[in-house]
Amino acid sequence: MKYEAFIIKYAEIGVKGKNRHIFEDALVQRIQHALDPVGEFRVTCIAGRLYVEARREFVYEEAIAALTCVFGVLGICPAVTIPRREHRLPDINALGEAAIRYFSEIYGPDCAKTFKVTCRRVDKSYPLDSMEVGAALGEKLLDALPSLRVDVHHPEILFHVELREQVNLFSEEIPGPGGLPTGTAGKAMLLLSGGIDSPVAGYQIARRGAQLEAVYFHAPPYTSDRAKQKVVDLAELVARFSGPIRLHIVNFTATQLAIYEKCPRDELTIIMRRCMMHIAEELALANGCIGLITGESIGQVASQTMQSLMVTDEAVHSLPVYRPLIAHDKQDIITISERIGTYETSILPYEDCCTIFVAKHPVTHPRLDIIMRHEKAIAGELDELMREAIAQEEVVTVTDSRAEGYAPL
Amino acid sequence: MAKQTEIYLDNAATTRCDEEVLSAMTGAFRTDYGNPSSMHRKGFEAQQLMNSARKTLAGTLRVTPAEILFTSGGTESDNLALLGCARANARRGRHLITTSIEHAAVAKTMEALVQEGFELTVLPVDSFGLVDPSAAAEAVREDTVLISVMAVNNEIGSVQDLPAISRAVRAKKPDVLFHTDAVQAYGKVPIDVKTAGIDLLSVSGHKFHGPKGCGFLYIRKGVKLLPILYGGGQQNGLRSGTDHVPGAVGLAAAAGRAFAGQQDTMRRLEELRDGFIKEVRETTEDIRVNGPAGCLPDDGSSSFREKAAPHIVSLSFPGVRAEVLLHALEEKGIYVSAGSACSSHAAKNKPGTATLRAIGLEERYLESTIRVSLSKDTTKEELHSAACAIAELVPSLRRFQPG
Repeated sequence: MKYEAFIIKYAEIGVKGKNRHIFEDALVQRIQHALDPVGEFRVTCIAGRLYVEARREFVYEEAIAALTCVFGVLGICPAVTIPRREHRLPDINALGEAAIRYFSEIYGPDCAKTFKVTCRRVDKSYPLDSMEVGAALGEKLLDALPSLRVDVHHPEILFHVELREQVNLFSEEIPGPGGLPTGTAGKAMLLLSGGIDSPVAGYQIARRGAQLEAVYFHAPPYTSDRAKQKVVDLAELVARFSGPIRLHIVNFTATQLAIYEKCPRDELTIIMRRCMMHIAEELALANGCIGLITGESIGQVASQTMQSLMVTDEAVHSLPVYRPLIAHDKQDIITISERIGTYETSILPYEDCCTIFVAKHPVTHPRLDIIMRHEKAIAGELDELMREAIAQEEVVTVTDSRAEGYAPL
Repeated sequence: MAKQTEIYLDNAATTRCDEEVLSAMTGAFRTDYGNPSSMHRKGFEAQQLMNSARKTLAGTLRVTPAEILFTSGGTESDNLALLGCARANARRGRHLITTSIEHAAVAKTMEALVQEGFELTVLPVDSFGLVDPSAAAEAVREDTVLISVMAVNNEIGSVQDLPAISRAVRAKKPDVLFHTDAVQAYGKVPIDVKTAGIDLLSVSGHKFHGPKGCGFLYIRKGVKLLPILYGGGQQNGLRSGTDHVPGAVGLAAAAGRAFAGQQDTMRRLEELRDGFIKEVRETTEDIRVNGPAGCLPDDGSSSFREKAAPHIVSLSFPGVRAEVLLHALEEKGIYVSAGSACSSHAAKNKPGTATLRAIGLEERYLESTIRVSLSKDTTKEELHSAACAIAELVPSLRRFQPG
């Protein structure tokens, strides 16, 4: 016996009222796209139930891997289905045989776990009611597989039997990433460095349905081609979940050196970050993004104290800055990055442009008025350099190479 | 932007494969593609190619073809030499000797042998990266079985006096086996296997315009080794695996070319090297030339001359991060190395490399050292361009320092 279908749970979309079909349609489409490279599947959404049926042989692990990357999927229940024969659902004896086969193949013939059968009879014409089906199947299972035990309160295996257009048997649920289907929110510009945090931040916001663009600041010769490639690789890892990401690569060297020479050394990082926010906002506005995303977290480094964040934030004039990691501890962020698979790439040892000129004792409590005064002294030059940097940006579209052909909504 | 000319000065990392080498290999890939282990004629013909390659390589060292074992390169040669020799001779003793400036292929293999229960003495080097033969002799114990000393250091180009070291060691204990990692020496500086008393010698093909993934180990007749790869029993059971015929052919072709003009190339490179060092010293302030090449007088009279490899120049520019200078040169199409390419994967937080630390370089030099390495194809003009680029870049990079 093999799983030939998946029942997809998507709790949160269920409460979206009149917009519900928008989310469901998006989720169906996302799932269909994610499964395209795996095999031939039919994805349908009927009466609040999202089904994935395999039309041909497929590799189970690949299908699960693809489904666990689709935002909006809360849980994946691999299922065995029994079709109608001559328009009739299988009788209770046939159901019993199927249930026994399911248990002996999924859990082994000697499985000594506790279980409970729960039946949903959507087709009310079935001769037995759901209580009767549950009781009858429980008895048959106990007879055939004597190591099993029933526990109706806290069963280790909750065996679902659904009598619908066909019969669905399932008992396992693999957690999905949750969130909302990509493309159901707006588009936002992620400030992507080579570090651990920013890919996680992008992931978190994309998980709420947002589409991503990203901006990376490189500073040759202080940062290398390998550092740049690392960021492209990170974007690709995030793109497995979020769909294609347009990555804007901005040469930041001239801006950075100007700040280095003309501003107090301990304010270099904070002024630099204000410039990055400014450039990111410009790029966001020019590309239809309605928010910025950063991986900042309060107090993590000097430039992320609350005072520094206030000063950084002021550089953005018209867009909200989403900081999904703002209250996360570093270890929590690392845990997420390991789970989504970006950690290994993030820790590759290439210099990024934030660390090259970092002062020994950067300001931790910057005052906005003082920073702005120092910035103003070279405002004309900075504006010019940033304009030039934006004009000479390089844009690459980063796609999950495992799933070419992912079509944006 | 127009494509800039490429100035490749990282020849100690790898060299460009010669056209002639490539075409010799193509023949072995496309025409004589048989497996030497096959009984039919196609196999025999391939075997003939192997034999002829072996003969050429043996000729370069003036040893016999039976003493040449093909490997996948320097790392495998070093591993086989050390692991194979230590394990095969473990009954005679469990003490090994090496130096503090070896390539990781030797240093890490020695560490692995320590894990296996061998004892290791690591010889220090002086500030030029040279091993004192009497110190080597002093390290020898009753149970010493093997000493491994790199012929030419890959980072600072120091050339060890192998004959003196082996004489000193053997005077104390005649049956100590002597291995040398000659990856940077073969085809570049003279090596006399016999007078130097070398038992095992590692060579890698891609360092002298041959193919990557190909090398050989010279094993003096009578030296016992245990294999590290088991399988079909090729090469007398010492190195199983289908013979890499095109690799062997390419290796021999490259070796033949390297040795044909070795003396001339060496003199020419020495001249280029000295001219380059002189120019950099004149045009860029506050620099340091590391290794023996750093103290050669301009007239080239010194007997120190033979202690400096002709193709490796190690330069420090205090106040400039080596990596940044490397990338700045790269923007001009000039390729050099920071420390050594092979150690670039090492831990990031430790500036400098084992070799640079071993010669006692101060911190400010450690993180500011680049390596410029030449090949027979390097021209005076290229080095002049590099010197000009350095003169231009270093002062401006010094303006922008971290901290």
